[in-house]
Amino acid sequence: MRFAAIGCFLLALTACERERRDLRPSPAKVVVFGDAAIQSQILPGGGAPRASVTNPFQGNAYAISEGQRLFGWYNCTGCHANGGGAIGPPLIKDHWIYGNEPANLFDTIVKGRPNGMPSWGAKIPEYQIWQLVTYIRSMNNLEPRSATPERLDTIEQSSRTILPKSEGEPR
Amino acid sequence: MLVGFIGISAAAQIQNQTDDGQWTMPAKNYASTRFSTLTEINTSNVKNLKVAWTFSTGLTRGHEAAPLIVNNTMYIVTPFPNLLYALDLTKTGASKWTYDPHVSPSSQGVACCDVVNRGGAYYKGRIYYNTLDMHTVAVDANTGKQVWKTTLGDINLGESMTMAPLVVKGKVIVGNSGGEFGVRGWLAALDADSGKIVWRAYSTGPDKDILIGSNFKPFYAGDRSPDLGLKTWQGEQWKIGGGAAWSWISYDPDLDLIYYGTSNPGPWNSDQRPGDNKWTSTLFARRPDTGEAIWAYQYNPHDDHDYDGVNENILLDLNIGGKMRKVLAHPDRNGRLYLMDRSTGEVISAEPFAYQNTSDSVDLKTGRISYVPSKITGFKTVRDICPAAPGGKDWQPSAYSPKTGYIYIPHNNLCMEFQGIQANYIAGTPFVGANVRMYAGPGGHRGEFSAWDPVAAKTVWTVKEMFPAWSGAMVTAGDVVFYGTMDGWFKALDAHNGAVLWQFKTGSGIIGQPVTYKGPDGKQYVAILSGVGGWSGAIVAGGLNANDGTGALGFLNAMADLPKYTTSGGMLYVFSLP
Repeated sequence: MRFAAIGCFLLALTACERERRDLRPSPAKVVVFGDAAIQSQILPGGGAPRASVTNPFQGNAYAISEGQRLFGWYNCTGCHANGGGAIGPPLIKDHWIYGNEPANLFDTIVKGRPNGMPSWGAKIPEYQIWQLVTYIRSMNNLEPRSATPERLDTIEQSSRTILPKSEGEPR
Repeated sequence: MLVGFIGISAAAQIQNQTDDGQWTMPAKNYASTRFSTLTEINTSNVKNLKVAWTFSTGLTRGHEAAPLIVNNTMYIVTPFPNLLYALDLTKTGASKWTYDPHVSPSSQGVACCDVVNRGGAYYKGRIYYNTLDMHTVAVDANTGKQVWKTTLGDINLGESMTMAPLVVKGKVIVGNSGGEFGVRGWLAALDADSGKIVWRAYSTGPDKDILIGSNFKPFYAGDRSPDLGLKTWQGEQWKIGGGAAWSWISYDPDLDLIYYGTSNPGPWNSDQRPGDNKWTSTLFARRPDTGEAIWAYQYNPHDDHDYDGVNENILLDLNIGGKMRKVLAHPDRNGRLYLMDRSTGEVISAEPFAYQNTSDSVDLKTGRISYVPSKITGFKTVRDICPAAPGGKDWQPSAYSPKTGYIYIPHNNLCMEFQGIQANYIAGTPFVGANVRMYAGPGGHRGEFSAWDPVAAKTVWTVKEMFPAWSGAMVTAGDVVFYGTMDGWFKALDAHNGAVLWQFKTGSGIIGQPVTYKGPDGKQYVAILSGVGGWSGAIVAGGLNANDGTGALGFLNAMADLPKYTTSGGMLYVFSLP
């Protein structure tokens, strides 16, 4: 009984995070940088600094769905497609040049990167950048499954399922 | 037959250009035939072709440029960072010098389809070429020192430069790229001596910006109203409507006209830009001295499928129906090969050279193309559109042989499904509004290499290719035609019948432009840059993830297997007979 109660309590906690919304988020431009997120595994002399910034929307379903909408709205899709990449690199992948921790992704969006990634810090409000971060992580199954929606129709569908067949094949 | 030639001798035909065995401009000559009169390598001995020497560019993005060969030196313009290598042909390609224009790395973020460059042009002791970050440079061909560097635009407006300039009457003619970024397209002329901008002709907007004046005489009545570059748009959409001049220029010295095409309108979602969207997807004839427009013809009014009008224009004097006519041949993205009177802009024929189902015909009385209603796109999903966005043929330039009379066309066999979505204009970012997925057209192969008879307006022979034929073509008086494939084969075909006479497997897929020249030892050489990439090869050059078929503007869906066949890496190969 006691375990069940604790279980219910824990469930309520995660459910809370999954459903949490900020009804009046600040439209302010970015003031926080995720500077402390490390990108190297070489730690001279030992010891690693900890990231001082954490994702306020970790595991939040609403943030993921908003992030998905904003990913199109800010033309992220123009360069990264629906995760497969185009002008820019894919965002569904294992190897990340600048890291895939929330603070790394936040930094990348805010500051830009030297080889073509624009600097968005003066354009996108901070809370929306975190929503984008949460969505990008969800594409890579780095957010809880319970909060992650199904992928878009455009992704992971074999061409056989929706494309017209070429001539000579039975239709 | 004889009657037809009265008034213009064979030697005076524009396709019969003088040839000094060098390669000084992108398409070999002003007529853009990519035809060499060299005959040492021919159909009987090409099977003996061997590698003479190679050169690594040290870069891994798509290599689309044609090497230039002048005064026993070879010049290679690389993809970003747009280095210029000078190689000494008297010393088996030893490096003479390297020029680095210090291109902004950020410009890679506004290059729609890999960070390619299509090469340079030589003129009076200098090499001229464009950099991805909106500069044209003049480099001393002997010393490698920069003579001038002119800024032509702003990457923060989504502009980039990838095309190869043409130098005409002391003017370096260049244009911008960015039809997928909501740029306002233009062509400009720079003074070759000083680098000063002499004129700039926009593709959209009021007539005065397009350099349309009293001498503008388009062939078709529908094109003759004033300010069509404004009135065929809603509001101020023309300011972000595309029409970039990112590809080839040809020049007829007798008519004193340059010819070039403009890109697709932006965004791709055509419901967001009602109207004909002039002068996007258009062929312009202009005076090189002033830029003044003499005539124009819009291939694809209100383009629905990303059918740019930028493909090459090959200038020919042909006997059409018993009459000698000054024509140009243009294989368009829409899959039709336009044969046009280059004096007037009249369409003589416009027959399909690739499988297509988006248009029924081109009305030769009005010049207007008739679209198939079920293939018109917008805020909806349309399937089975052929050709796909890269067209029946993209930038990859064709060649023409005055000996066979055929045009050799490397092209695509691709179809697509197209889902229009809302495009949101943010300066400096893509402006597309579509989820696209491409796939192989009828037959299941994705490319073809065809010989086309421009007089009969039909295909003579076709070689099927597994991947899109994304390299340029080159043909010689030895009746050999050269091109490369995306899985790395460099091929020599019999120009008469398409039989494969020789092929060589290079280190990476080929999307470059073959050239041929007479070396310092008097021998004939053939050169090609290997190094896959470009829009079609972005999956390899950019390491993209094909699980998302919409990647690379939908090309990923059609190229998911390319990484099994090739890896990236730029390398020049030079071949000769032993």
